[in-house]
Amino acid sequence: MMKPYVLKVPFERGVSFFQRAFLDRWQVATLSIAGLVLTPLGVVLFSVFSETNDVWLHFVQTSLVTLLANTFWLLLGVGVGTTFLGVSLAWLTAACDFPGRKWLDWALMLPLSLPPYVVAFVGIGLLDFTGPVQTQLRSWLGAEPLWFPKIRSTGGVIAVMTLTLYPYVYMLARNAFLTQGRRAIEAAQSLGQGRLRGFLHVALPMARPWIAGGLALVLMETLADFGTVSIFNYDTFTTAIYKAWFGLFSLSAAAQLASLLVLIVFIVLLIEQRSRSRRRFSHAGRSSVADRIPLRGGRGWLAFAYAISVLGIAFIIPVGQLSVWAFGVFQQDFDLRYLSFLGHSVFLGGAAALLTCAGALILVSANRLRNDLMTRTAVRVATLGYALPGSVLAVGIFIPLIWIDKQMIEWIQTLFGIEIGFILNGTLAAMLLAYLIRFLAVAHGAVDSAMNRITPSLDETARCLGVSGVPLLRRVYLPMLRGGLLTAALLVFVDVMKEMPITLMTRPFGWDTLSVRIFEMTSEGQWERAALPAVALVLAGFIPILLLSRYSNREP
Amino acid sequence: MTSPLRAAEEVIVYSARNEQLIKPLFDAYTKETGTRIKFITDKEGPLLERLKAEGEHTPADLLITVDAGNLWRAAEEGLLKPIHSKVLQENIPAHLRDPENRWFGLSVRARTIVYNTQKVKPSDLSTYEDLADSKWKGRLCLRTSKKVYNQSLVAMMISEHGEPKTEQIIKSWVGNLATDVFSDDTQVMKAIAAGQCDVGIVNTYYYGRLLVKEPTLPLALFWPNQNGSGVHVNISGAGITKHAKHEQAALKLLEWLSSQKAQNLFSDTDMEYPANPKIAPDKWVASWGSFKQNLINVSKAGELQDEAVKLMDRAGYK
Repeated sequence: MMKPYVLKVPFERGVSFFQRAFLDRWQVATLSIAGLVLTPLGVVLFSVFSETNDVWLHFVQTSLVTLLANTFWLLLGVGVGTTFLGVSLAWLTAACDFPGRKWLDWALMLPLSLPPYVVAFVGIGLLDFTGPVQTQLRSWLGAEPLWFPKIRSTGGVIAVMTLTLYPYVYMLARNAFLTQGRRAIEAAQSLGQGRLRGFLHVALPMARPWIAGGLALVLMETLADFGTVSIFNYDTFTTAIYKAWFGLFSLSAAAQLASLLVLIVFIVLLIEQRSRSRRRFSHAGRSSVADRIPLRGGRGWLAFAYAISVLGIAFIIPVGQLSVWAFGVFQQDFDLRYLSFLGHSVFLGGAAALLTCAGALILVSANRLRNDLMTRTAVRVATLGYALPGSVLAVGIFIPLIWIDKQMIEWIQTLFGIEIGFILNGTLAAMLLAYLIRFLAVAHGAVDSAMNRITPSLDETARCLGVSGVPLLRRVYLPMLRGGLLTAALLVFVDVMKEMPITLMTRPFGWDTLSVRIFEMTSEGQWERAALPAVALVLAGFIPILLLSRYSNREP
Repeated sequence: MTSPLRAAEEVIVYSARNEQLIKPLFDAYTKETGTRIKFITDKEGPLLERLKAEGEHTPADLLITVDAGNLWRAAEEGLLKPIHSKVLQENIPAHLRDPENRWFGLSVRARTIVYNTQKVKPSDLSTYEDLADSKWKGRLCLRTSKKVYNQSLVAMMISEHGEPKTEQIIKSWVGNLATDVFSDDTQVMKAIAAGQCDVGIVNTYYYGRLLVKEPTLPLALFWPNQNGSGVHVNISGAGITKHAKHEQAALKLLEWLSSQKAQNLFSDTDMEYPANPKIAPDKWVASWGSFKQNLINVSKAGELQDEAVKLMDRAGYK
């Protein structure tokens, strides 16, 4: 086992006495970002000490075992499913060559633009007893088919979430395989190993941090999901949180349940990081696009069939159904306001992507340059926002924001004697801050994996040449992190456009987006009318996905 | 500083009623009176937390929600203020408003029985409670207990029958289910129409929306408990926030919402029933027949909601 690699960084010239004695600027930056995320988490966690009531007792007596078991099976199923789909597809498109590979390469990212609860509804709409498939079967058979898979079931939820979330793993693993996979296989082959053994024993272990990063996002998203599980009426930890809040009128009990969730995620992330910190992952050298493994004849078509069926089930069929619905309501529902919904969505997605990428870059660089326990912990904390159910996090963000506003209002009133309204609340700044807190984990996962790829000898060389600190970041890291940053930006962009609870709670008056539109239509079960904004979301996600695949295929 | 001679009035609304259902009303009001209306929509839970957190600085003047339980809760938490308005008292019947006048119902949502006309005769049906009878074994479809409409229905049953009897009824409902509970009313009706089950409980406007699109579905509504306490109704309604900055303007808007013109718009846009009994419902809605409403004050639904939720959990109603 290799020893953990720790960079010993001499203090830079020009560092003030203050910084030297206490914290340097990297640590200050990391702690500030962690503080931003910790504040809403703290607000939620603090409720652990507030009133205790009988809500807990009720859950323990009636449904806790089911909730935990359901949550466990969901995590296990979605985890295994997305890893399998994501890794296998990434390997095929990044390291192999087969018919259709060029466009499948980017097309396989498209399911990312579909909100999971929309796919859930389409899936149930198509495959449930009353759906067209079973109805058609009944009319052919003259009776009920002897057996048909039950869509509203544990398997059904797992399938829908796997199909909508696998792109997280796919994108990150693809990034890893693109740069090091084939080279590693070649090395293995030159040592007399077969391709499969090379993949299993060399390429796969080398891509582990990327896969783990994608998987962590998938699992956090699964834990925080409310929309999909409620359409399936599948009770999880999250539905219990919402039930405590909306059904039993106890936000404190809801927050207590949520705190438990955050605690579990934190422990899991720490374990994952510990296991990873003992290994080193770095670039295995340049490889060119030409040396993909050619899959000829039947094997090539098999690969094509596999990729196209995943794309078909996860994207083409749902979007087809949505388009049919959207077409039906287009005349009734479409108006010029859609342009502003679209504009708002794209603007918010873009601005949030920039902001979170900047945040992630700071975290990742600090972690590299100051690899101490405090920084590592702060980075972990800073990525916890993603694990909380959206509405709970929204409240956690809203309460401290309002508190600050109130302080400022009173302060200005005593100083100047004028009354003003909210300064932060209801502004885009507050909204973007909330997105930063929620989606930092998404950007961090992608950028962190990319940083892992940069070999430590590069830092040493740079330092020998007198380049360190911010110039090191700008001149060495940044160009090499480009692929990771683009992945991060795209993931956040698409995620923000789909996001609902925070958008609903923090948007300024009149700042409705496509996802707000989807909310309006779905909250009363008008799914067909939600199809129009959903299709618009897919279209808005299309261009960045295309751009990303263009850029990330150009090797660094 | 300069100020316009006559500043246009403004009302700021937080609404849990969907945008597509309230915007037409607001547009009509602005056209009629010149008052500008700014609004934001969200789910009830986050809206109430938002109001609570904003406290005396809240920009909101009016809170509009669906379900009496949410209005009751907003009032309980001190977010609404009592309204003294003769117009509202006259327009809105006593069982559809807060006994302390902190909120008023504006439209009525009836939750009733729907059945497959090819498989069930109306004479087979009588009450919600009767759906617990073993003759409905394997023939009943229900929506999830997580939806507030079912929580309110069960809360009203608790207030009439007490907990033990209600729990028995709910357990038998669950025993009669033909398939897992659905996540919305439309799915319940489609399942009944497709023959997966024969009978279920839905809000009438879902029935209206579905039948407009697919008029040939073999579905009909039945008004239960007509010899007893009446059909369970819920409301969507509104109250003025405790720290409203434009209280008078908000009151005028609220009064207007209870008036004839607005009542028609308010209920017709979603095929609900007007809360003001002097106003006739939309023609299509009226064609479903008239019925006796349960006159227990709808605020009971709020008071007993958490008992109802726990009871349904115990009864295994997911």
